[in-house]
Amino acid sequence: MGKIQLTQVRKSFGEVDVIPGIDLSIEDGEFVVFVGPSGCGKSTLLRLIAGLEDTTSGTIAIDGKDATTLPPAKRGLAMVFQSYALYPHMSVRKNIAFPLKMAGMSESEQAARVERAAKVLNLTSYLDRRPGQLSGGQRQRVAIGRAIVREPSAFLFDEPLSNLDAALRVGMRQEITELHQSLKTTMIYVTHDQVEAMTMADKIVVLNAGRVEQVGSPLDLYHHPQNLFVAGFIGSPKMNFLAGAEAAKHNAATIGIRPEHLDIGAGGMWQGTVGLTEHLGSDTFLKVTLDSGEVVTVRANGDVALHHGDRVALSPQASKIHRFDASGKALA
Amino acid sequence: MSTQSTRLAARLMVAPSVFVLFIWMIVPLAMTLYFSFRFYRLLTPERSGWVGFNHYLWFLNSPDFWLAIFNTLALVGGVLVITVILGVLIALLIDQPVKGQGMLRILVISPFFVMPPVAASIWENLFMHPQNGLFSAITRGFGMQPILFLEDYPLWSVIGIVSWEWLPFATLIFLTALQSLSSEQLEAAEMDGASPFNRFRYIILPHLTRAITVVILIQTIFLLGIFGEIFTTTQGGPGSASTTLPYMIFKQAIVAKDIGRAAAGGIIAVILANIVAYFLMRGIGRHLDN
Ligand SMILES: Nc1ncnc2c1ncn2[C@@H]1O[C@H](COP(=O)(O)OP(=O)(O)OP(=O)(O)O)[C@@H](O)[C@H]1O
Ligand SMILES: [Mg+2]
Repeated sequence: MGKIQLTQVRKSFGEVDVIPGIDLSIEDGEFVVFVGPSGCGKSTLLRLIAGLEDTTSGTIAIDGKDATTLPPAKRGLAMVFQSYALYPHMSVRKNIAFPLKMAGMSESEQAARVERAAKVLNLTSYLDRRPGQLSGGQRQRVAIGRAIVREPSAFLFDEPLSNLDAALRVGMRQEITELHQSLKTTMIYVTHDQVEAMTMADKIVVLNAGRVEQVGSPLDLYHHPQNLFVAGFIGSPKMNFLAGAEAAKHNAATIGIRPEHLDIGAGGMWQGTVGLTEHLGSDTFLKVTLDSGEVVTVRANGDVALHHGDRVALSPQASKIHRFDASGKALA
Repeated sequence: MSTQSTRLAARLMVAPSVFVLFIWMIVPLAMTLYFSFRFYRLLTPERSGWVGFNHYLWFLNSPDFWLAIFNTLALVGGVLVITVILGVLIALLIDQPVKGQGMLRILVISPFFVMPPVAASIWENLFMHPQNGLFSAITRGFGMQPILFLEDYPLWSVIGIVSWEWLPFATLIFLTALQSLSSEQLEAAEMDGASPFNRFRYIILPHLTRAITVVILIQTIFLLGIFGEIFTTTQGGPGSASTTLPYMIFKQAIVAKDIGRAAAGGIIAVILANIVAYFLMRGIGRHLDN
């Protein structure tokens, strides 16, 4: 079981309100990702749930029981830190067994559980090494191993992949997703990488300055962002925003259109000049300066034959235009 | 420093200082060794001739000698135990975030800046003095007889004074070691269900082993030669109750003016130091590498 319910949770460090008040519920077995820009309070929120920080006010309930003042060890959660936080003087085996030893489990049960976790995470041949003798990816796995042996009711991950190189990150991302599918335990995962968020999450929580901007499934956030912040944050490259006359045509203060929803071709309603082009092979990203002065990004085919200075005509797919009012809220 | 040529260069670079240090060490050692076999007493006009191992035998047969060896080791051991245990505890305390932390740390460090004879005098006259001392005032306050520290517990008193002097050094080293411990490790241990004691036992203490080793090694070197504190307070007495090997050598060299005998004592002290060093390095030296 791992249902976590936050009610009006507030956290301030001295004068600074880092989290002004959050309501959030996380269902049992869900993979929830917290995303947001740096400094928005993702780690703080995770640490509040873990019990490593005290809430200023509000309540945190785990499995229906109030856990607001419970010490971290009593909450039945396991955390994987960004720096792994392995114990450097212990072997991998002892690292993984540490929570079991602290729980007073018998030696044989400890050994069996460590063995099982090591098999799941491909660590069996490293069990007698020290963390210092492992690669970054292996250390990450040990940290995850130390978390899973306890069979916690939920896992908390704080940017666990940010110290890994790109290729390893993709691999570990899949491993964590598979782990979630086989364990079916609640996981809360903090990242500022929206690709991780989109690919892993059942539910994404977009945070901005300590506030929840929107909660929803990845595709829900992609197709129906509720405000400008979410619209701009989810999706890569970023959604294009146009204000002024163009927006007024749609009865909105701002309109947004994603780069992949702009078609290039004669007869387009927006004329512009190609600026920077980025060829990724599969796609080409074009920065187009419209005649109205605004710059939009366009996602085109990998083999599109457009270059700096070429004239293009763009037409937005009408059904894919997002409209926002003056306060940034999405209009239906 | 892994290629052949860098290793060779490194050796060439350190060679001059190794050479100088070797001369620096070997000349006094050779001279002491030479004098230890000579008849060389400042108060007699005749100062020549070999005496064989007589000086060494004199030490070995002297009733005070084994007591002095014991006292030396007890002093080193006692001070090490006290400074390491209290040092770790104080370092843990002043590592906590409290108001006036900077001031507190300076206060804790300050005994280290007091010179040994001064420190010993302060303790002798302000704390342990049977009439004017703070301790006797306290015991009298409880209606008891004042404890005669330097008369009844001379070695313990010296150990106490020296510990007070060296505690700041140990604390300082442990404090810096504590500050290099990542807080995430402690938080991870907390999440793993480790109680505060277990966090100390399994995370903090292993992290401190290298610092503890350094403190033990450095302090042993200095503590084997402790002299000033004994000279200022007990003068090795009552009787020989607080005489250590260095103090015994001092008595031969300066009081009895017997350079030959003192030199033999010096050589014995060198041997003792080497035995201690050997066991220390075997026991805890492995904590220094990795
Ligand atoms: N112990 C603290 N004392 C004071 N302010 C803090 C403390 N911890 C965090 N903050 C502040 O709280 C805000 C949120 O910090 P937090 O670490 O949660 O950000 P984050 O979303 O995890 O960012 P990142 O993606 O960079 O890790 C920041 O502005 C930070 O300066
Ligand atoms: Mg963070």
